[in-house]
Amino acid sequence: MFKKILIANRGEIAVRVMRACREMGIATVAVYSDVDRASLHVRTSDEAYPIGPAPAAESYLRIDKILDVAKRSGADAIHPGYGFLSENAKFAQACADAGVIFIGPTPHSMNLMGSKTSARQQMEKAGIPFVPGTSRGLASAEEGEQVAERIGYPVMLKAAAGGGGKGMRLVHARQELRSSLESAQSEAQRSFGDGEVYIEKAIINPRHIEMQVLADEHGNTVWLGERECSIQRRHQKVLEEAPSPMVDPDMRRRMGEVAVKVAQAAHYTNAGTIEFLVDQHKNFFFLEMNTRLQVEHPVTELTTGLDLVHLQIRIAAGEKLPFAQSDIQIRGHAIECRIYAEDPDNNYFPSPGKITLLLQPSGPGIRRDSGMYEGWNVPMDYDPLLAKLIGYASDRPQAIMRLERALDEYFMAGIKTNISLFRRILGDTDFRAGKLDTGYLDRLLAKANPAAASLSSNERKELEKIAAIAAGMFAVLDPATSASKNGNAANESAIPAARTSNWKQTGRTEALR
Amino acid sequence: MVYEIIVGGQSHRFELERSSGRWECRLDGKTVNVDAVIPRPDVLSLLIDGRAYEIKREQTATDLHLWVGKACFAVELRDPRSLRSRQKSAGDEKGPKKIVAPMPGRVVRLLVAEKSEVEAGQGIVVVEAMKMQNEIKSPKKGVVKKISAVPGTTVNPGDVLAIVE
Repeated sequence: MFKKILIANRGEIAVRVMRACREMGIATVAVYSDVDRASLHVRTSDEAYPIGPAPAAESYLRIDKILDVAKRSGADAIHPGYGFLSENAKFAQACADAGVIFIGPTPHSMNLMGSKTSARQQMEKAGIPFVPGTSRGLASAEEGEQVAERIGYPVMLKAAAGGGGKGMRLVHARQELRSSLESAQSEAQRSFGDGEVYIEKAIINPRHIEMQVLADEHGNTVWLGERECSIQRRHQKVLEEAPSPMVDPDMRRRMGEVAVKVAQAAHYTNAGTIEFLVDQHKNFFFLEMNTRLQVEHPVTELTTGLDLVHLQIRIAAGEKLPFAQSDIQIRGHAIECRIYAEDPDNNYFPSPGKITLLLQPSGPGIRRDSGMYEGWNVPMDYDPLLAKLIGYASDRPQAIMRLERALDEYFMAGIKTNISLFRRILGDTDFRAGKLDTGYLDRLLAKANPAAASLSSNERKELEKIAAIAAGMFAVLDPATSASKNGNAANESAIPAARTSNWKQTGRTEALR
Repeated sequence: MVYEIIVGGQSHRFELERSSGRWECRLDGKTVNVDAVIPRPDVLSLLIDGRAYEIKREQTATDLHLWVGKACFAVELRDPRSLRSRQKSAGDEKGPKKIVAPMPGRVVRLLVAEKSEVEAGQGIVVVEAMKMQNEIKSPKKGVVKKISAVPGTTVNPGDVLAIVE
């Protein structure tokens, strides 16, 4: 087994991987950019080394600097987390060349699955169902028109190297195809340095369901059940659950078997996820494979009782999977809420800054994977994911109740978060009925927010009185804590309201008495 | 002690005295049976006639917020003896309106020039944070009097980006 693992990541996932290492008696090495010196992953590591300025391209994406730290610290393996270098085959190869184990698949599998067209070619060979269309880039608009005619409009144009909705166009009719293809190609070229664009039939409002697989280096591959990931905003997942409310045991087994076939076709090892699009008739189509640990892996851990990071490390160390497919049982229900630093009342603007107050939920069936703490200044340079709140219970309704209770215990001040969005989703009739697809969240957000109208004017008046009493009691009991102290100290001069604080003034008056 | 407390546009008179170990408290002239402790900074445990409330306090760049359960109230607190805090309450709905940065970020580009006419809701400047570009919009129809945001520089919440008159 490894003695020391370097975690080439930051935030909640770095903390989560370090926890697994500690449980297994493995020392941890953190890397950090200039703005992350005080971050939780640095504080909880055994060793930590700086790797450069805030922009990821100059720090967390620098293969040379990270391998240099691995060499200096004597780490024998690297866990890449998700994002950053986790799906970068060059990084995996560079690790191998430097004699450090990369905890993940081989560069060969990553390359096969990295391009959507090469993945589709592999799947075609292996007889895996994928969304009808081409498995090679389009040579011309004419070719695109011919294929579209055959598979039927609407069609989707997609960048082979794509992700996050970039280089993607929905085309409803023949006359739009040429211009859409041109703009998708140029966007793909700009975003990924690769203008290859292919065409597939557009499935309108599909479900997005993915299957977790694990494969060791001795030819054993198992599936661990699906995750329902249809609740998305701007192609970003917001809430995931396992199992999916629409998947029955038979469909689960069929999806699992296809997923294992996909992994085997790619000679895949370690943890991976096969994403499927599912239409209204429960037909599922291969979409792509994610060759890393996923953000939403905890819902699978809770429903299978397995620790995926432990297993990733064991597989990378050459161990055999300690169980067979028949040993795996899905029990209970788990739902994950991604807590983002963004403002739900202001079009989900990002909201970095200092966390002045943090009250966190716990108790039965609640798991919290977090990278934040009270007093931390959330940097503006990275992804807004702060933490994941996961509720687990014997069935879906109970998991929902648990999460609602936990969300009421969750409170953050200083920055805005999307906590209120989850109350809205969990209380929504369609969500409770399991009626989900990738258009669900946009439809929910287009409706009026029921929470805004839930207080009667009398109730509101009562609460206003409570607030008034509280304001007075705060002023009397805590006069020394002037408001400006709670603000971002570095910006104090920029905040006129804080300079002429009424709290401070009150405090001074009190002191004079 | 007497405070004037404004919540939801409504002004309340709050009187408080400590006598023989307990609070004597009156809100708008009516006696309220209150007990309060601060278990940790910015958190107030309040008992009113035995009913328990936990109130959280948040100071933003511009406002003081108190959270009672899921409801959030902007609260203004004045000491009636203080002249300064009275003067501050003069309305500022009319006249020049400052556009401030809602979050820390980097100014990417300007969408209008000084002296140009803008509509309410029109984008003025783009600020990038957490890999997202965000248009900061004009709160009112008018003329851009001044733009202080400089592309390429970082801004903090509350920093003035532009003034629309």
